[in-house]
Amino acid sequence: MAAIDEIITYALLFLALYFEVFLLVTYFEIKDQKGKFLSSFKKNIALPSVTIIVPVWNEEATVLKTVFSLLKLDYPRHLLSVFVVDDGSTDKTWNVLQRFSRNKQITLLQKPNGGKHTAVNFALERTKSDLVGCLDADSFVHPQALRRIVANFEDPEIMAVTPAMKVHEASTVIQLMQKVEYGWAVFLRQIFAYLNAQYVIPGPFSIVRSKVFHQIGFYKHAYNTEDMEMALRMQSNGYKIGNEPSALVYTVTPNTLKKLYKQRLRWTYGFLRNTFDYKHLFFRPQYGHLGMIILPTASFSLVSLLYIIGKAIVDYANIIFNKIIEFRTVGFHFKWPNTFDWFYFNTDLVAILSFMALIFTITMLFMSRKLSEGHMRPGRDMLYFLALYSVIAPLWIIKAFYNVAFAKSTKWR
Amino acid sequence: MDWKKYAYTFLITAAIFGTAIFLSNFFNQKKLNEIKDIESRIAVDILASETQFSLLEELSCRDIGNTFLSKELAELGDRLSYTEESRGTDDPEVMNLKRYYSLLEIKDFLLYQKVKDRCGAPEGFLPPIIYFYSNEEGVCDGCEREGYVLTRLREEYPDLRVYSFDYDLNLSAISTLVNIYGVKGELPALLINEKTYYGFKSIEDIKEIIPALKEIDRQKAEAEKQATSTKDN
Repeated sequence: MAAIDEIITYALLFLALYFEVFLLVTYFEIKDQKGKFLSSFKKNIALPSVTIIVPVWNEEATVLKTVFSLLKLDYPRHLLSVFVVDDGSTDKTWNVLQRFSRNKQITLLQKPNGGKHTAVNFALERTKSDLVGCLDADSFVHPQALRRIVANFEDPEIMAVTPAMKVHEASTVIQLMQKVEYGWAVFLRQIFAYLNAQYVIPGPFSIVRSKVFHQIGFYKHAYNTEDMEMALRMQSNGYKIGNEPSALVYTVTPNTLKKLYKQRLRWTYGFLRNTFDYKHLFFRPQYGHLGMIILPTASFSLVSLLYIIGKAIVDYANIIFNKIIEFRTVGFHFKWPNTFDWFYFNTDLVAILSFMALIFTITMLFMSRKLSEGHMRPGRDMLYFLALYSVIAPLWIIKAFYNVAFAKSTKWR
Repeated sequence: MDWKKYAYTFLITAAIFGTAIFLSNFFNQKKLNEIKDIESRIAVDILASETQFSLLEELSCRDIGNTFLSKELAELGDRLSYTEESRGTDDPEVMNLKRYYSLLEIKDFLLYQKVKDRCGAPEGFLPPIIYFYSNEEGVCDGCEREGYVLTRLREEYPDLRVYSFDYDLNLSAISTLVNIYGVKGELPALLINEKTYYGFKSIEDIKEIIPALKEIDRQKAEAEKQATSTKDN
């Protein structure tokens, strides 16, 4: 039993290290080629027309800010239109939106409630622009974001471009933790884009060529993670998805653990269900790195996390059980070790490998910080991330697996 | 597909893995060597004490200082039990070190007995505790708790010598010890002042068996009381 246990642990550590090395190798490849990318960038390209769809449902508090941020985009007015779709709000959202009723750039649409993807599709049917994007009503864009994204469409093969998402005004511990996580995502998205292996086109401000929707269809109901389904559908049709790390989108993130749990449960559950639906991408060389390494690792890491959590629970339960026996036998007694003794430092293979994997992770966290924040100074947000994330992520991962196993679906809100 | 990249990544990962294996082996070997070093130091100490004892046989007991017993035995015991825990009881190298450690314990104990027989119990020395245990599952339910008790006692009374023996360790010297004192296989078993006590014994039980421990407690309490009253004045 112990031998099997050890073999599984070593195999997991090997795969984790393999993936980390793969990411780092790719990162340095990108760095190497960056000069070439920049030199091919032309400033005076013919700008395409763009429609941004804002699906809203009971968002009277934030929708104005979202629409204003779109109006402030540095983009020719006649080429940019905004479609705001009220998906059957029951609050004053529709009234609030009326202040834009005379704005020629903005089209206001209203429909009975049917879910975010129905709202987006409702607008998609009415758009005629070259490019279409979405912006959730809890997100705001940087004035230069659109121009930076559009520049990527110069490559005729690029069918969609994802932005760099940042946490809007992080104040709670949960939000500060997400700030680091989003920075990490900026880093990963750039690497995945280089590998043409992005499997999500995030709701906030991913821009897609309109013809994509006409060729492979509109959004469809996909476990409340329609943006992942669309990306996987694009990938399985061989479409290229790019990324623009300098196109900044700020999004309001959950400020409490409960809200975060709900959101992540939806994401993880959606990931599991969607990847199962697109399992034909797995280990097929024609789907490139996405099929060969990215999707398998992303799925496998969730399964292995379950194993690690299970093992950790058993180990800690054992330690606690022994401590209780000790306490009941001789009472509580804490003694500081007199001197540091390296002898009692764990130098098992598993400990050393875990330590190395941790070093790689921290290195990449600093790289992602440099990419998203422009500096490498550590802050308390990193501390929160390192200390909390691995403790709370299992909550939604376990529940997501449970829901998949017992066919329970997740809710948007 | 860029298969080369997968191969390179594999090579780099394998190299990292190899480095980790090398480092782990290196440090673990270093630890074993450290245990061996301590064992040979203790062997020399015991031999020196024995030699000193033989030389002084004709002389007065006063010449035997209270440093004739090795101070490092307890530390060695801690290190060995940690190593045994992390490397498993089936590691032959660890088991060899453990056998040698047991022999050193017996020698140390015999030396103590010799001094005691000739000169009486040395002043300030507590009677040593010989402890038989078993790490085998289901054999000794009370051993884990007895271990906590003895560890705590050793922390509180640094002069108390605890010789612990793995009952299952295949070592003829331990069998002889067991035969001499007629220790049955009911574990845990404590041998104090040539009397064997079976079953779990709490701190209080052991203090009853060794009243000198209570005396130390009393002295400590008195010293503390004096210290506080001096402070108050």
